Amino acid sequence: MRLEKRQHSSALAMVLAPIGAVAFTLLVSTLLVLWAGAPVGQTYALLAQGAYGSVFALSETLTRAIPLMLTGLAATVAFKAKLFNIGAEGQLYVGAMAAVAVGGMHGGAGWDLPPALLFVLMLLAAALAGALLLLGPALMKARLGVDEVVTTLLLNFIVLLLVSLMLDGPMKDPTAMGWPQSVALRGELELSKLIPQTRLHTGLLGAVALAVALWALMKYTVLGFDIRALGANPRAAAFSGVPVTRTVVMVALLSGGLAGLAGAIEVAGRTSYLTLDMSPGYGYSGIVIAMLAALHPLAVVVASVFVAGMLVGADSMSRAVGVPTFIADVIVAASLISVLVATLLTQYRVRWR
Amino acid sequence: MTDPVLSLSNISKRFGNVVANDAISLDLQAGEILALLGENGAGKSTLVSILFGHYTADAGSITVFGQPLPAGDPKAALAAGIGMVHQHFTLADNLSVLDNVMLGSESLWQALTRKAAARAKLVQVGQRFGLGVDADALVGKLSVGERQRVEILKALYRGARILILDEPTAVLTPQESEALFGVLAQMVAQGLSIIFISHKLTEVLRVSNRVAVLRAGKLVAQADARDTTQAQLAQWMVGRAISPPQRRPSKHLGKAVCVLEEVSTAHARERLNRASLTLHGGEIVAIAGVSGNGQVALAEVLSGTRRITGGRITLMGQAMPQVASELVALGVARVPEDRHGVGLIGDLPVWENAISERLRSGAFSRGPWVKRRAAQAYAKAVITRFDVRGGGPTTAARSLSGGNMQKLVLGRALMHPGSLAEPDSAAFIPNLIVAHQPTWGLDIGAVAFIHEQLIAARDAGAAVLLISDDLDEVLTLGDRVAVMHGGQLSQARAALDWSRESIGLAMAGAEGVAHAA
Repeated sequence: MRLEKRQHSSALAMVLAPIGAVAFTLLVSTLLVLWAGAPVGQTYALLAQGAYGSVFALSETLTRAIPLMLTGLAATVAFKAKLFNIGAEGQLYVGAMAAVAVGGMHGGAGWDLPPALLFVLMLLAAALAGALLLLGPALMKARLGVDEVVTTLLLNFIVLLLVSLMLDGPMKDPTAMGWPQSVALRGELELSKLIPQTRLHTGLLGAVALAVALWALMKYTVLGFDIRALGANPRAAAFSGVPVTRTVVMVALLSGGLAGLAGAIEVAGRTSYLTLDMSPGYGYSGIVIAMLAALHPLAVVVASVFVAGMLVGADSMSRAVGVPTFIADVIVAASLISVLVATLLTQYRVRWR
Repeated sequence: MTDPVLSLSNISKRFGNVVANDAISLDLQAGEILALLGENGAGKSTLVSILFGHYTADAGSITVFGQPLPAGDPKAALAAGIGMVHQHFTLADNLSVLDNVMLGSESLWQALTRKAAARAKLVQVGQRFGLGVDADALVGKLSVGERQRVEILKALYRGARILILDEPTAVLTPQESEALFGVLAQMVAQGLSIIFISHKLTEVLRVSNRVAVLRAGKLVAQADARDTTQAQLAQWMVGRAISPPQRRPSKHLGKAVCVLEEVSTAHARERLNRASLTLHGGEIVAIAGVSGNGQVALAEVLSGTRRITGGRITLMGQAMPQVASELVALGVARVPEDRHGVGLIGDLPVWENAISERLRSGAFSRGPWVKRRAAQAYAKAVITRFDVRGGGPTTAARSLSGGNMQKLVLGRALMHPGSLAEPDSAAFIPNLIVAHQPTWGLDIGAVAFIHEQLIAARDAGAAVLLISDDLDEVLTLGDRVAVMHGGQLSQARAALDWSRESIGLAMAGAEGVAHAA
């Protein structure tokens, strides 16, 4: 079996590919639901209802989508330049740590700054922390050819140990009765709620605005061209004069910065303090979301709401019909695989010998 | 006439909407050299790939020595006695000649290799066909011509009775080519049959008994080599009568534009080693040489993508900056050797490719923003003036054909954005054009177009550096010619002072020739 590049993607294939992807995802998850012995129609209805069926459900889904959007954008900008940043998880945590350091330690009052300024400073510190964490691996890749997949992935574990150290040391909350959590942010620094009585916070507006900004950057600016050119063909990019090292540095700063912001916004919008289990793998899910969105910044918003909806909906569905919540992971994984295969099949045809 | 050793009947193969082979029927007789002639994309490679089992034909059948050949099975082709010598060698540099020849021809499950027997057989095959090579020499130390002999030996060792040679002279000096032709003659004299793939008319007539011409997937003509002429073959190949290229020498020499003094680069795969050269406005200096002797390094240095480690380069009287975007700003037009891999970014649209190298000069940006409208207008102008067909500004560059890609690469390099407003201003003529293999793999029409553009730019006053493996191109276009060997440049002499023989000797690095006055 081998793949042959299609001369032109046929219109029929372009229509059939997404339909086929959805059908395959549904088929796989339906089989698993049947296996769990639950009624299929009701399971899907509960899943959708739990994700998008009420103001409360939707608010929970969107709350969950905020960090996913930011890590999804972080993966998008890096992957566009073929800088495979697997370290968004660690960058998210150093961002959260930086946010707590600026806005929580010393009661946030060690410096006598107005809250608005301190808020901006907190976000900047978080973005910078995430950016610097990715800068090392990016420069090692650009200059020495060190595989960034390995370095960024391994840094995640180092950062988690660092968080653990901080939660038991300088950032320890003395009033937490021994729970491993940091001191809380100053109250003025927390994000206000978008809908009263829910957890949905204004971080959503920030995340969507950043998605639009990243889309404009990629499409309309010289830096956006440099990033796309470097990712599509590094030799041709260098030949045409793209400053390769500078572009890699900019990508690292953008990608790490977005992931770092995800950490700060989670702390300021949802948890108000840092814990070791603050992120259930948002950094890794960001990669899935970026791929689902075909590395398009605006599609990242949609993909994040879809993935968050599956995770949130599966929780409530599981309580009602007893299908394990892992069904959500299966649906997300199956949809990613089928989208990737569908995209491949619009560009290639399979020859069986 | 005896039965043919190889018979293709009605072979057809489509790729999507492209008909690569259209009902081709062709016979090969014992003891003959059949030349398969055609332009790039005419279907030669597809036909040979079907014959060798890499592709399966959509229709048609193949008979070898009277037996049908199973489709799509390279092992069956080998077993039937078909041997292939690829243009790009498939040898392991770190093994000896003997090991390379044995590689893959022994069973994985036998405990010991039978080296003594293999050596005896190799020596015997070599003697029989006049292919003397030291069996214990490391392949990495051999010259290109010797490596080609090893490839041929490898095929013969495995019992090939039909040998397919894909563009075998592309990497050889004229003298090495002559030696190869001698070997081929000896092989057919002993009853072997050879298919010789080429697009060079002179050598096809020189070496083959019979010529088959492919055009756009069809077999358009077959002729006895004695009964045909170059003009006739060219007409079959292109489909219309074409006039052979004429020498059009430089009219007036300008002042020195670019001077290289003892320039060296670090040792990568190839390097420059104290190369010196002066390029004047209004002249084409052509660089001949066997590829791999530093041509890539020379082109990259003058394109701003490789740094020099020694010597000096001056451009327009100033030290030459070694940054691509600054070179473009100084009026250096660059045409890289590899248009897919280096010249263009296939996934991006034509208009972004058209402006990519001028994006840092300010013509197409305002602050951080790309001036998309100006950029697309410029891309349209390049498309019109350089006759880029097969897509508009928003088409992905990869969907263009090779010739149209090259027109785009050349067009964006030659066409200054300022010339949109003032087409006749001399200020927008490039100072220096660095063209590396600009016509490689193009059809005759595109080649003529590219040559016209280079000559027109020269006549307008540009200094042109043409680096080419194609001796005909070098001698036709070059006002002066220098030969590159081992990273060094010979004295650039008037093209008429060189003969094919003296160039060949210099390409092979013969002492005295390269450095003679």
